[in-house]
Amino acid sequence: MIELELDGKSVSAEPGSTILEVAIKEGKYIPHFCYHKKLSIAANCRMCLVEVEKSNKPLPACATPISEGMKVHTCSKTALEAQHGVMEFLLINHPLDCPICDQGGECQLQDLAVGYGRSASRFTEEKRAVTNKDLGSLVATEMTRCIHCSRCVRFTDEIAGMQELGMSYRNNHVEVMPFIGKTVDSEISGNIIDLCPVGALTSKPFRNSARPWELSRRKSIAAHDGLGTHIIAQTDKYHKVVRVLPLENEAINECWISDRDRFSYEGLYSQERVTEPMIKQDGKWINVDWETALAYVAKSLNMAKAENGADQIGVLASSSSTTEELYLLQKLMRGIEVYNLDYRLTQTDFNLDTKQSGANFLGAGLAEFTANKSILVIGSVLREEQPLLAYKIRQAVKKGTELNVINVLNEDLLCPVTNQVLADPREIASILAQIVKATQTNNSEIDLSDIEVSEVAKSIAESLKKHNGHIVLGEMAKSLPNYSELVVLTQELAKNIQGKFGILAGRANEVGAALVGFLPYVDAFNQKTPQMGMNAKQMLEKPRKAYVLFNTELEHDSYDSKLALNALKEADSVIVMSAYKNSEMEQYADVILPITPYTETAGSFVNMEGKWQKFNGVTRPLGNARPGWKVLRVLANQLNLVQFGYTTIEDVRLEMSALSNPEGLLNNSLNSGLKLKLAKPKLDGLVRLGIQGIYSLDSIVRRSPSLQQTSFAQLPTLSLNPVLANKLGVKDKSTVNIEQDGKSGRFTVSIYNTIPETVVLLAANQSTCGFAGRFASITISA
Amino acid sequence: MAIYQKGVIFADFDTADKDCWTLDSYVKRGGYQALKKILNDNIAQDQVIAEVKQSGLRGRGGAGFPTGLKWSFMPRALDGQKYIVCNSDEGEPGTFKDKDIMEFNPHSLIEGMIIAGYAIGASVGYNYIHGEIYEVYERFEEALNEARRAGYLGNNILGTNFSFELHAHHGYGAYICGEETALLDSLEGKKGQPRFKPPFPASFGLYGQPTTINNTESLAAIPFIIRDGGQIFQDKGIPNNGGTKLFSISGHVNRPGNYEIPLGTPFSELLKMAGGMRDGRKMKAVIPGGSSAPVLPGDIMMQCTMDYDSIAKAGSMLGSGAVIVMGEDVCMVKALERLAFFYHEESCGQCTPCREGTGWLYEIIHRIEHGHGKHEDLDLLDSIGNQMAGRTICALADAAVFPVRSFTKHFRNEFEYHIQHKKCMVNHNWL
Repeated sequence: MIELELDGKSVSAEPGSTILEVAIKEGKYIPHFCYHKKLSIAANCRMCLVEVEKSNKPLPACATPISEGMKVHTCSKTALEAQHGVMEFLLINHPLDCPICDQGGECQLQDLAVGYGRSASRFTEEKRAVTNKDLGSLVATEMTRCIHCSRCVRFTDEIAGMQELGMSYRNNHVEVMPFIGKTVDSEISGNIIDLCPVGALTSKPFRNSARPWELSRRKSIAAHDGLGTHIIAQTDKYHKVVRVLPLENEAINECWISDRDRFSYEGLYSQERVTEPMIKQDGKWINVDWETALAYVAKSLNMAKAENGADQIGVLASSSSTTEELYLLQKLMRGIEVYNLDYRLTQTDFNLDTKQSGANFLGAGLAEFTANKSILVIGSVLREEQPLLAYKIRQAVKKGTELNVINVLNEDLLCPVTNQVLADPREIASILAQIVKATQTNNSEIDLSDIEVSEVAKSIAESLKKHNGHIVLGEMAKSLPNYSELVVLTQELAKNIQGKFGILAGRANEVGAALVGFLPYVDAFNQKTPQMGMNAKQMLEKPRKAYVLFNTELEHDSYDSKLALNALKEADSVIVMSAYKNSEMEQYADVILPITPYTETAGSFVNMEGKWQKFNGVTRPLGNARPGWKVLRVLANQLNLVQFGYTTIEDVRLEMSALSNPEGLLNNSLNSGLKLKLAKPKLDGLVRLGIQGIYSLDSIVRRSPSLQQTSFAQLPTLSLNPVLANKLGVKDKSTVNIEQDGKSGRFTVSIYNTIPETVVLLAANQSTCGFAGRFASITISA
Repeated sequence: MAIYQKGVIFADFDTADKDCWTLDSYVKRGGYQALKKILNDNIAQDQVIAEVKQSGLRGRGGAGFPTGLKWSFMPRALDGQKYIVCNSDEGEPGTFKDKDIMEFNPHSLIEGMIIAGYAIGASVGYNYIHGEIYEVYERFEEALNEARRAGYLGNNILGTNFSFELHAHHGYGAYICGEETALLDSLEGKKGQPRFKPPFPASFGLYGQPTTINNTESLAAIPFIIRDGGQIFQDKGIPNNGGTKLFSISGHVNRPGNYEIPLGTPFSELLKMAGGMRDGRKMKAVIPGGSSAPVLPGDIMMQCTMDYDSIAKAGSMLGSGAVIVMGEDVCMVKALERLAFFYHEESCGQCTPCREGTGWLYEIIHRIEHGHGKHEDLDLLDSIGNQMAGRTICALADAAVFPVRSFTKHFRNEFEYHIQHKKCMVNHNWL
């Protein structure tokens, strides 16, 4: 420890800390702009100049390391004089347009100008004006306000992983700008809005809509990926969410949030929000009151059960739903002897259902995962599936973690990748088998005699073995038709390297849904289910007479959109509880109960590491929509089910207290294996690569106009490898016919060499609704 | 320009000979003997450094830091790549000496850099040449090719196991890239902006590796020091100011140009060499060390000798040795306006005080020069200067403030006259 004197007070601090760090720890405020704890030190704003005895000039506190016996004065005459001087310089060319600036009221420059500025300016010359820059649909610019702290520039480089902004020109003509003709396209770009200490970078969707002091600030949990990002949702006087900001949580999201979590709120107020209960009568939709609607639903369920048996009812819910909703939904359904329950809508291989020992999760805590020195990611478009986790992995790589990847798309992870194997989705299991074989496996159930181990497989095996690595399966892996093989092999590999393995939860409550038993093979909290039900695939392949859809637009969320639409359209009765409707839904549904999205209900999510995070509604329900858990409770009463006498959400949570300490319930290991014989597959025909893009994930995100205008959302629906395109005689930007299982459509081709030659990238988005399996065979013709 | 007075780098030299820059000519003048001596006699690195220390050579770029001492900072024991970088980004108004070295005697620099590379354990060197002297860059590349062909550069130089490669790089004319860490950033392909120090280049320099950066003139003097001995070099000057130095004289003199003279030579002698004042003018002021050095009134200057200590005592700096002589008919407001414009133009814009302050200073002086000055402007200039100097990452802000302070101090009457009468006190004549 180093002893020094800070404003006359003796303090001791870690060697290597800077004066500013010590001051912050001691609760002493030194004004600053360019310093940010998560960014490199630039020391260029000079606002934090302080007096250090024995130095002939004031020194920047942010960049000056402490030394033994150092005497620092942060607000002596010299220090203050220096700070006042810098503030004067900052203000001479600042427009001082606070009354029309979005940053007004939460502006660091405004705040500090009160303390360090003059009441009148000595600057009588003309002020500088700077043209604004187009940074895309999310970030608005007013570059005349920029004070050149360079935080945004450093962010894109150091945190987002790719430098998209720079400082051009010299002297007071310096301008922050993107590359010529480019915008800021990072999946976490919105954070530069928070970083900007002035109103140069502001939120485009929020622009000019409210003053920060008029807004209520409420804590919540982001409802998209499975990281469990802490957010602050801000609502205006009309109780509308108008802005979402990060809530700092060092263990999870640090001080960042992804653009998806930040801007998805726009989707909350889509024209397609359902705000009244609706019933279809003679093909026409009419609005009804809740009583009528709930009575109708109860009657439908009773009838379906009475006429065809409970077995003919299928219940499908999205894992973006809250834990309370999923818990009550399975309790209600099991209460009326319906066991066909599933949230794994994008999965198609369920061979391991009876072999699970617990709920699947990351396999370790986030901190433990990112501290591992060797990580293997299998089948994930990581930056799109997990925008913030991808950042955390990049940081881990900076600290020495070896990142190994088995993937289909050659995704730029914006960090050095130690080993990468790119393959057709059908080959992934055989590649994983190579790595298993390279670890000298000894398992009579897994026959790897036909597998030839490649050099890169050996290299991955070595990396994992050396560090007892961590293997994770992504969303794409989970959707593959041989997912069970991947899991068995992953478990074997983890055993051989004495490491860990797990899944990356792609949706907010995947782990929670498993924990509360929203599964056909297990009851809540790992209890035995009275009866096995059908999984998501079986429910659609053997169409049921009645369906209950909870918080899902199945035609967009299902692995096989064609199968889902067929089953739903054929069914006698389709009961939908959803915050949104769409034209397909209006055709297949018979009743739509408007439940609220996560912002309008109390609830909780369990994140990928198994952490149960509760939140309250940030605002009141829109129109006559009602929180899902309340709807389910009343419906249960209508169905005369006992033990549904909840009055508050806390009553529900009391039954779920096991989630507070879920260690015993989280378990990725299989209690028995599968007999496998692996060989390099022969690749006959073409296979679809049905990736669900970052901004097609769920009903809310799909309806956020700003997110839909980003370059990620504008990625082409259909892409081919140049070699394949050549073979097919297809040119870039030409229109081709795509056919899958009888469903066909015409799409414009884009040609990329980041895709294998044997696949057709046909993204799972609005325009491919109605196509068959996301990773099933596909044909293409000019 | 031409070399008028010869010392160490330009000994036995005829700039009128258009082949004076070639390898042949250099070898005839005793070139590459120092390198041969080191490599053939297997002289230890420490001994080379000791010889340079002995010579009393002080950095010729402006700061005057002892070259031998700088070389000894290099952590030679550390594994990994190390670099020697030559700072030929000569951009200070008034300075044009490095340009002439590279144009007329490039091999002295090449040999100096090879020896420096040997001494500090660097196998790669870069010469960063100012972007506005592109033809000099081309000349230097030609000389490099000659040296490569002759086996002075590359692997196993002169059959020994010492290997050294030297690359030339031309900048784009930014003054700030003469600041050594901005130079390194620019060399790496980034925007040239000074880095915050520490870490210093000796531990974290080019591409993050230990790097020594020296001025062109310093490195070009090395072959002489090694060949003839440090003491002989030292004895050419005066104590603490060893050797000879190139002075670039410009302004109202009859023979502007480069003069390589022993340090400690009286200014009056240098002025005589330069042919005295043009058209019999009286001398008003001299900037003795490049535009960032404080200006001195002529009569003070006439008392000085041309060395680091004497000029410092008089209140200015020897700097890069650029002597700008101004006659009685120079308007000091106009002169300062031009200097202030330069520093505004060349500020990299990184640190707030310099980014905003240089522009503000220029605007005010510009206003005074154009008859819109106010009486409080002189105090304002002073106050702005105080808020800039010593408050930034590099010394450019100081360089911008020194002329303002010294001009308004020594020639305050001219500024006051300008403000009051809205016109020049003198009948201004640049020529």
